[in-house]
Amino acid sequence: MSEFWHDAGCAFHPVSGPDYLPVTQLRQLQLHRFQAVVKRSYDNVPLFRQRMEERGITPADFRTLEDTRLLPFTVKIDLRDTYPFGLFASPMSEIVRLHASSGTTGKPIVVAYTQEDLRVWASVMVRCFAACGLDRGDIIQNAYGYGLFTGGLGAHYGAEALGATVIPISGGNTDRQIMLMKDFGATAICCTPSYFLRIVERAPELGVDLRKLPLKAGVFGAEPWTEEMRKRIEPEANIKAYDIYGLSEIIGPGVANECCEQHGLHIFEDHFYPEIIDPKTLEPVPDGTEGELVLTTLSKQAMPMIRYRTRDITALFTEACPCGRTVRRMRRISRRSDDMFIIRGVNVYPSQIEEALLAVEGTAPHYQIVLTNDGTMDDVEVHVEVTPEVFGDTISVMENLQKKLSASIERIINIRVKLRLVEPNSIQRSEGKAKRVLDMRKK
Amino acid sequence: MNEFVVDNQILDREETLPRTEMEALQLVRLRETVARAMNVPFYRAIFKREGITPDSITSLDDLKRLPFTTKADMRDNYPLGLCAVQRGDLARIHGSSGTTGKPTFVGYTREDLRMWARMCARFLYAGGLRACHTVQVSFGYGLFTGGFGLHYGIEEIGASIIPASSGNTTRQIHIIRDLQPDALISTPSYALNIAEVARSMDVDPRALSLRFAHFGGEMWTEDMRHKIEAEMDLFAFNNYGLSEIIGPGISGECAARTGMHIQEDHFLVECINPDTLEPVQDFEYGELVITALTRQAMPMIRYRTRDIASLDAGPCVCGRTTRRMSRVIGRSDDMLIIRGVNVFPSQIEEALFQVEGTSPHYLIEVSRPGSLDQVTVKVEVRPEFFSDKMSEMQNLRERIDRKIQAAANIHTQVELVAPQTLERSMGKAVRVVDLRGRQG
Amino acid sequence: MKIHQLSMFLENKPGRLSEPCRVLAEAGINILTLSVADTQQFGILRLIVRDWEKAKEVLEASGCVVNVTEVVATEVEDRPGGLTAILDIIESAGLNIEYMYAFTFRSEDKAVIVFRFDNPDLAIAALQAKSINIIGGVELYERVKQ
Repeated sequence: MSEFWHDAGCAFHPVSGPDYLPVTQLRQLQLHRFQAVVKRSYDNVPLFRQRMEERGITPADFRTLEDTRLLPFTVKIDLRDTYPFGLFASPMSEIVRLHASSGTTGKPIVVAYTQEDLRVWASVMVRCFAACGLDRGDIIQNAYGYGLFTGGLGAHYGAEALGATVIPISGGNTDRQIMLMKDFGATAICCTPSYFLRIVERAPELGVDLRKLPLKAGVFGAEPWTEEMRKRIEPEANIKAYDIYGLSEIIGPGVANECCEQHGLHIFEDHFYPEIIDPKTLEPVPDGTEGELVLTTLSKQAMPMIRYRTRDITALFTEACPCGRTVRRMRRISRRSDDMFIIRGVNVYPSQIEEALLAVEGTAPHYQIVLTNDGTMDDVEVHVEVTPEVFGDTISVMENLQKKLSASIERIINIRVKLRLVEPNSIQRSEGKAKRVLDMRKK
Repeated sequence: MNEFVVDNQILDREETLPRTEMEALQLVRLRETVARAMNVPFYRAIFKREGITPDSITSLDDLKRLPFTTKADMRDNYPLGLCAVQRGDLARIHGSSGTTGKPTFVGYTREDLRMWARMCARFLYAGGLRACHTVQVSFGYGLFTGGFGLHYGIEEIGASIIPASSGNTTRQIHIIRDLQPDALISTPSYALNIAEVARSMDVDPRALSLRFAHFGGEMWTEDMRHKIEAEMDLFAFNNYGLSEIIGPGISGECAARTGMHIQEDHFLVECINPDTLEPVQDFEYGELVITALTRQAMPMIRYRTRDIASLDAGPCVCGRTTRRMSRVIGRSDDMLIIRGVNVFPSQIEEALFQVEGTSPHYLIEVSRPGSLDQVTVKVEVRPEFFSDKMSEMQNLRERIDRKIQAAANIHTQVELVAPQTLERSMGKAVRVVDLRGRQG
Repeated sequence: MKIHQLSMFLENKPGRLSEPCRVLAEAGINILTLSVADTQQFGILRLIVRDWEKAKEVLEASGCVVNVTEVVATEVEDRPGGLTAILDIIESAGLNIEYMYAFTFRSEDKAVIVFRFDNPDLAIAALQAKSINIIGGVELYERVKQ
């Protein structure tokens, strides 16, 4: 069947066509869509229009793809500041779905989709599955959590659009996952790589040899993982493990995916325009140079994102992929630009600390993370500025606050920290923003 | 005040077919179902033995010649032995939330999913849902059919979905407050849980944006409806379905809320006496037996649901001509036989709601300390009814006992417990604990 | 009857106390009385001034976090057992004292105790019922003037 045209080992699904567009044609399409999305945002999103006006530009000034550098960046805090509906570019009557960030507590981030957005989302997910060699004959066990988190429903609609059989098992209950994988002969699984490791560890205890099951592919994402992990997973389960990338702010899973080469993730450039910038100077860097990934949604209607700073550090490949896809590849995400630090072997992001603090009082306080080392052990101290909202005039109220904040942080990062309340404006600012991490450890 | 109004529009022509046309359609589809069932070894063997062929079905009365299908048959054919299509033609697999024994699974083709979405859309539409609304789906997604059935039904109508799924009630309330949904989809007990948690957060559940709700997934009562409506200031609609057949979408209430319209172009519903297996009269309670007329992946013939309800073939003010079913009042297999008396937990629930001072959280414990069955009903008392006078508490207990005796004709031990002490449900509530077997 | 007290969050570091005092002095605001509660890490400075609204404004303008709480000031005889009498009333009324501090006026044989109750209105009623003199804001400021 023409539908199953094989290309360098990858199944080809007709919906994957745009993966192979001639580059000049792809750039034309991107320019055309970029102009449309800038206009759409300018016309419908007050924050974006205001920022354009501050720069003295209008959508008409956007003539070539190089002009992207004229445009303002969008950052995560913009989504919080305009919560819940401030960045919507479609009226509620056209919005058919709302998702929210997987943030454990506190103010979430809301993203919206029109019917057309859902169609595009499903189509990019189909392209991900196709790049993993899956087709309509496959049985896909979707172990991403369903609900407000975009992972579950994103993969679900993609698998459905692919024409595969979906087992919407959602996350958790490892024994049941293994039982169903066996009973239904699932050929592919979608979940986080760390969860699959748990399945790999648990299966022998249940007397199940994963290598003997029909399972042939894993589509793993929603967290960074490494080549070492792939080397461990693949032989133990006798599968090919593919890296999928995406983020709710852009669309959810389906922004980029590895192909059969398993060397870099193809970005679905006809829908998501990638730039790599130097996170310090904010200037674009040439392909091949490492920097922060910045994405613009080229076709999103309900909530277009212009130059969204992902905080993920990667580099775009300069050479063509042997699989034949013309859309560019990015290196697997290795780290983030937002000052991630490693403490006692655990990766900690300042955003997690922020989330933990937000969870307690619902306000965004200024804070600073101070890392020290007494010669043997690393220590984390979190300094939090006291705001009028949280200030109570008795010692017990303040000590309680201290306790609640440190407990909340411990819950999220699993490390006990010392929490110190400090006076307003006592944390050093640079360009209006507090420096988040102060590393005083002796190197 | 809640100004929710339902215009009396009807989504599909099939909902208003004249009786003769409907029955003609059902007959054609019943034959097709028998033909599809020939692809299932389980049915093929029975049909062969009984001499049943699609052509031998000449009237709807011939339904009686067809065999019953039970949950045990599904288990025997685990996991998907009752499927009539190839594995590759399945677009989705769901599972029952079966609490005991081996789980059961059901398969869907793409066409099944399309029809399922439409069925759910029909009752949601009858209950006022329109494209302009935003709906919070607080049913669990996953293998359970509830979340997905409603999700796709809402999508079919074109309303906005907040797929909140179940659990984390505090967060659910934050979302309702921030995103202002018009409607809630959940189990009725979870709605009560939301109201309770909201109050504990100093959020007035009546002041939330919710104006209507479609509840299903578990048994509930008319009194519980009044309670939820009063506590949350919304209109509550009931719907019915079960995963063995398809999931939600078998029937649902229209704005008149006098029974749930059965989607008769998709399902043939009988109501039988569970002991004699003979049909019962309209308005008489019996066990529902359902034949799926359009299911492609898994044709289900005369499935014994164990759900006790009654049917009503009379006309409805809404203009739909489909028969209606009452709410489910019990299960023929959860029916408790207490000292020879048939008791449905719903009867006890109904009685509790009539006593002021009790909260809707209760647990029925059946035990047999000696040779006689004993029923203990644990009821949470609302904080404002707690009294330090023993006599008043005694009084409350007696009132509850009398009500239960009047409703269910059994004498129970009533135990009043403090608010918030019984376990809260995140999905289906556990209302009955039968300790008789365990005590040997 | 109730008196407005300002409280401020201070880090427990040398020199921290002088900053708010300097700010108030520059604005010409006289501090009637103050107390500091402290832990190893931070302290809470509580003070009573005449023009508390203006004081709050200047302190906030200087970057402090300022809370306004209502406290109750009572008169007590400056002699052994003077305080016990008041505490007995409070205890028997089942009232909770969150904190308290005392100060004396020049050339008077009476001290003033400032109480923070969780329910100041109930406390006032209970104290007045036992003829304890509650000092209102105006009276307090007048006395200091003398």
